[in-house]
Amino acid sequence: MMIELADITKVYRVGVERIRALDGVDLAIEENEYLAVMGPSGSGKSTLMNVLGCLDRPTSGTYRLDGQLVSRMGGGGLARVRNRRIGFVFQSFELLPRLSAAKNVALPLIYSGIGWLGRRRRARDVLTRVGLAGRVRHRPNQLSGGEKQRVAIARALVSGPRILLADEPTGNLDSKTSAEILALFDELHCQGQTIVMVTHEEDVACHARRILRMRDGRVSSDERVPRPAESSGQTEGGET
Amino acid sequence: MILFHAPLGFLRLLLRSVLLALGQIWARKGRSILTTIGIVIGVASVTAVIAALTGLRANVLADFASLGVNKIYLHSQKPDRGRDRDARWDDLMLKPEEFDGVLDQCPSVAALTRVVEESTTVRVGRQEADVRVIGIEPAWHKIENRSVTLGREFTLIDTTSGRPVCLITESLRDKLRLDRDCIGQRLRLFGRAHRIVGMVEPSTKFGVFGIGRRTEEVFVPFRTLRKVQDHWMYAIAASRSPEASEEARAELLHFLRRRRKIEPGEPDTFGAEAIQRFLDQFEETAAMITLIAGGIVGISLVVGGVGIMNIMLVSVSERTREIGLRKAVGARASAILLQFLVEAIMLCLIGGLIGLLFGQVITSGIATIPKAKLERAYIPMWAVGLSFGFSALVGVVFGMFPAIKAARLDPIEALRHE
Repeated sequence: MMIELADITKVYRVGVERIRALDGVDLAIEENEYLAVMGPSGSGKSTLMNVLGCLDRPTSGTYRLDGQLVSRMGGGGLARVRNRRIGFVFQSFELLPRLSAAKNVALPLIYSGIGWLGRRRRARDVLTRVGLAGRVRHRPNQLSGGEKQRVAIARALVSGPRILLADEPTGNLDSKTSAEILALFDELHCQGQTIVMVTHEEDVACHARRILRMRDGRVSSDERVPRPAESSGQTEGGET
Repeated sequence: MILFHAPLGFLRLLLRSVLLALGQIWARKGRSILTTIGIVIGVASVTAVIAALTGLRANVLADFASLGVNKIYLHSQKPDRGRDRDARWDDLMLKPEEFDGVLDQCPSVAALTRVVEESTTVRVGRQEADVRVIGIEPAWHKIENRSVTLGREFTLIDTTSGRPVCLITESLRDKLRLDRDCIGQRLRLFGRAHRIVGMVEPSTKFGVFGIGRRTEEVFVPFRTLRKVQDHWMYAIAASRSPEASEEARAELLHFLRRRRKIEPGEPDTFGAEAIQRFLDQFEETAAMITLIAGGIVGISLVVGGVGIMNIMLVSVSERTREIGLRKAVGARASAILLQFLVEAIMLCLIGGLIGLLFGQVITSGIATIPKAKLERAYIPMWAVGLSFGFSALVGVVFGMFPAIKAARLDPIEALRHE
């Protein structure tokens, strides 16, 4: 099992009130799963993403990533896990405006101590993989929304993470561009990438193979989506 | 392996941070320059003050060197306590014979001349000039570093028998309209003819101590003038080296006290001043001025530092999302801390560099001020080092708080920041 969450709780204190954002979540994610997390706002899906992404530590419970107990790690250890094993894709892309696409993509590699040449080569490779070979030197303000999100995805993939965490990756995109991005996710999944995606749109979640619904900090349903093989093949074929 | 790689990794991160900081500063050129003004002014003023003091010091040292740093002046002095407090001046006056045997008994004293001075008018035919007549012994030339350029020094016979001979300077010769080679000619002093036996080098006593108009000088043997003026005299001694100056002074004090039979505990009835001592006093004063200037500049650097801190806090706040992202993709808190700290330090160093350039401009400016005696002003290397050191220190001290603030940001909160 790649990811194992056992009885995870997360309690926030707002003034004197205590809010249980996660209330006993058990979750197992296997290699090459494509999981969509859904739920109304305040259901705890963002908190779950933060815990999965090692941005936040659970109040109680255990989190194992590749058998390693990350819920007990310190700040430095978590930074290392985020750097090497987790790739983030955000709703608003979070590209640094002054850096070129390649430099944005290479950002995580700086913190893994990879040299300049290695960073450039890997950034170019992964930009090619997301279909932006011609946009290496462009700055974010010279890119369209879809291209920006592709750069962000390339950045998430550059260190070869075990898991790709996407938080509403199509939230800021129009439907056509959304479809392109989702097709890219499908493609990455086909290549073996494990993906966890938070969304509140049913048709976006449909792309995943497993849908986790949350309510009040608990998992309310966890179902696998039966998907005919030709369906994913069609989407890919339509794009390329 | 880790031990071997850790410093390399740190250096790499440091280099990254420096490049990143330079990029950041370049992206906000105008703001960065304004921010560093405090540092610029601080560094410019401290380097200019140090440069001015260095120039002044060089001049003063040169003046002292021309005066002779190994000189000790011995003069009559009434003590302000003890049994001789109410003694008559006449009883306390130094007498020529009191210095007999001084060279034998004071090993650190290389030479000694007794000196007596008197003002009068010198006449040659119808020409006349107001002069200072100085009665000297041959050792005087060596002690004062003013040799005879033409003719000869006083001989033993001149000295012991007090013959009416004299040495003059070129400017007096010209004033009296004497021949170019005036050796052997006579001039009237104190109503008596004195034969010129030589020319003495002009005085180099100008500069800081060259106060007042220059009077013409005529030199006669000590005994010769003593016949006219047997009241007030002094002596100049030279130590074997400038370092031995204090020792020579102590020996002379001991010698004269014994000669005068001053009881232990009683104050001296004469004065003994080493030039070296004035030099030490000047050095102390210069150090004091440097310290005071340093203090004032320290305040301006602190003000500059507060400016740096302010702009770094603004920068951290503006780049909250960036910090959040960097943390999310794996930047440790220490990397963020280093990034912002290096940026603050770079800002301060750039300010220091600009300040140094301004300081050099000011230094070049003051060096050209006429009569300011600052033509030798320059910024010494240690002041350059000090400027950069202090600038970096200000960066570290005032950049630390914003950098810690940045490093402690929670990535989730930071990414949610608007």
